[in-house]
Amino acid sequence: MKSFDEMLISDDAVREPYARFHEWFLQQDTTSLGDKAGEAEAFFRRTGITFNVYGQEEAAERLIPFDLVPRIMAKAEWDRLAEGIEQRVIALNAFLDDLYHDQEIIKAGKIPERLIAGNEAFLEEMRGFRPPGGVYTHIIGTDIVRCGENEFYVLEDNARTPSGVSYMIENRETMMQMFPELFAQNRVRPVETYPHHLRRSLAAVAPPACDGTPTIAVLTPGIYNSAFFEHAFLADQMGVELVEGSDVAEIDGRIQMRTTEGYKPIDVIYRRVDDAFLDPKVFNPSSMLGIPGIMDVYRNGGITIANAPGTGISDDKAIYSYMPEIVEFYTGAPAKLQNVPTWRCAEDDSLKYVLEHLEELVVKEVHGSGGYGMLVGPTSTREEREIFAEKLKKKPTNYIAQPTLALSTVPILVDGGLAPRHVDLRPFVLVSDKVRIIPGGLTRVALKEGSLVVNSSQGGGTKDTWVLRD
Amino acid sequence: MALLGRTANGLFWMFRYIERAENTARLLDAGQRISLTNLSAEPDEWQSVLVSAGVEAAYSAKYDGFDPATVIDFMLCDRDNPSSVRSSLETARTNGRMVRTALTRELWEAVNESWLVIQRRLARPVAEPELPAVIDLVKRQGALIRGTFQTTMLRNEIFDFSNLGAFIERADNTARILDVKYWLLLPEHSQVGSALDNFQWRSILRSVSAHRSYAWEYDGEYRAVNIIDFLMLNRRMPRSLAYCYTVIEESLKYLHRNYEVRHPCFETAAAINERLSDSSVRQIIDGGLHEFLETFIRDNNRLAQEIGQNFRFYPGA
Repeated sequence: MKSFDEMLISDDAVREPYARFHEWFLQQDTTSLGDKAGEAEAFFRRTGITFNVYGQEEAAERLIPFDLVPRIMAKAEWDRLAEGIEQRVIALNAFLDDLYHDQEIIKAGKIPERLIAGNEAFLEEMRGFRPPGGVYTHIIGTDIVRCGENEFYVLEDNARTPSGVSYMIENRETMMQMFPELFAQNRVRPVETYPHHLRRSLAAVAPPACDGTPTIAVLTPGIYNSAFFEHAFLADQMGVELVEGSDVAEIDGRIQMRTTEGYKPIDVIYRRVDDAFLDPKVFNPSSMLGIPGIMDVYRNGGITIANAPGTGISDDKAIYSYMPEIVEFYTGAPAKLQNVPTWRCAEDDSLKYVLEHLEELVVKEVHGSGGYGMLVGPTSTREEREIFAEKLKKKPTNYIAQPTLALSTVPILVDGGLAPRHVDLRPFVLVSDKVRIIPGGLTRVALKEGSLVVNSSQGGGTKDTWVLRD
Repeated sequence: MALLGRTANGLFWMFRYIERAENTARLLDAGQRISLTNLSAEPDEWQSVLVSAGVEAAYSAKYDGFDPATVIDFMLCDRDNPSSVRSSLETARTNGRMVRTALTRELWEAVNESWLVIQRRLARPVAEPELPAVIDLVKRQGALIRGTFQTTMLRNEIFDFSNLGAFIERADNTARILDVKYWLLLPEHSQVGSALDNFQWRSILRSVSAHRSYAWEYDGEYRAVNIIDFLMLNRRMPRSLAYCYTVIEESLKYLHRNYEVRHPCFETAAAINERLSDSSVRQIIDGGLHEFLETFIRDNNRLAQEIGQNFRFYPGA
């Protein structure tokens, strides 16, 4: 399968956005670039930009490999993408509001009711409640893949608690430290303003109980969580408190944090704790990570929770295949960003097709994430396919299937110079009084030749992502 | 911006453990010096290292006898020993990660790098001849952390809680070293004020990095009155009890001004500091040096607990 390379059209023809970078690269000595890669790693390690791997005690903190070759997008490419993303996040919020109120979209027959009723991600507790500012999913990481010059697909919407934004910022920081000259030659739009936008965005949806400047806090499960570095990073960069469940309590109808001077109310909480663990009084009663009573306070206007509980219903993989209809239903215009064609195994015809074409398809669990529990047809063995087929027949509603996409490639630095590797892109989007999209995002790259799995938990790396000003 | 009680607690303990790592290294340094001579009056210098660090019970539960290599390993690398250099730095760094948002990037990196570098070195066994180089490494990394702390941190309550942790730990350490060696200061057969075993005392002063400054402050001879004065009451000596309490009381005064609340721990600190100001060496000796130090160590611990309660370090407070 021939993939679209974002840098090289052929061996001697370079795509426009990469022209200046490529020229610079040809003047570099690849050995000294290799040394720079070592420097970058030492830098990440010293900074503590690590993620924790569950169940691997020896390598409890690991680095996500960083590749020095930036992924570059032209202004026009990005602008078109950003328009599509904006349309999509507006639709997602409208969809959530509708689902938790009148469910017009179901009445209109656009999506089947069975996908909502009985779906674990749909929270009854949110029914009839409208969060401050009418915003449900404040922070979104839309996963996008590219297959050709003008061919972009949304892979996933990540409307719960997308992570990775700290890597976006640290990758840029590293590149600017190591290659300042590149930023003098290329006009790259900044990404380091993200925490500033996040803070503004959160402050703009303060709850009714807030008087004066809103007090914001980030809620983390604690230092053993895989994304703890990011939680601390964001709190630090925004200049807000990083709290754990044990630091906060419901007092006098507010959620308050225990400070050295006594309890102080929090107005907006950016929680990096999953719905199930958020409030042991309402959800998982054994949760030690959450805040007992927060849902009551929330419903009474005492706090804003970002993202709102129950947003998971909108990025559910079973819902995903209906996104084109959803976008059109709420925005009145056809979706500007395409979905990946998806077979819903719940439907008999689709299931039959999927079982007959397992070799060419990627089959995913509806509720899975992180690249686990999926079958990548083209690289699977016969035995793996047979086992998977059984699982499929047993519980077809649990799966969707998509064609194996020829993901675009961007070169990475290897011993002999450059070599193409598959990438995806996660731009970060903030929804509040307005939609704020940070130009760029996190480019994840499959470091193994030919591999299509970019997840950091499975050997993926990252790249700095540039959006050019002109 | 408000400071979380848990963050104040994390800062306090991070700095206690940074201080402790270095103190453990200094104790080993003195232990090795003394054991290398046959002049020592005490047969088991290595045992007194363990006693000074307050870990003799933990050691005896695991080993018999005081073989130098075993003691060195226990004090440097052993994870079962919460005061070993490795455990201390690990605890300091875990606390540092937890309070990451309260630290400057430079300070966090200094802590993280120290942990990385020292941990890597301690992953290999340390033979006795390599000990001085390892101790030097620990001291240098400690200096890096403290220097970064002094030059990059805002002078706010974060700074105060960090100082409280560092100086309460340091006061405890100096008091323990003295208490383990007090019998050497006042042996029955010698007169108070007479010259003492030169080498022993040089080594003890060395364990608090003060063998040069002692000579600067007093005449060259090692006299019990001077050494007690130096390590306990001299406010120019940065590891003396009195100096530690100057910083502790000052830090609490800043917190008082900042929060406009006067907590019980302020009175406790003031009372301890006053006792150090009002006592003369002679009075301390007449009243019993060991008793004085015992009381001090207990009061110092109580102050640490009160600070935790008064500033809501823990849930339910």
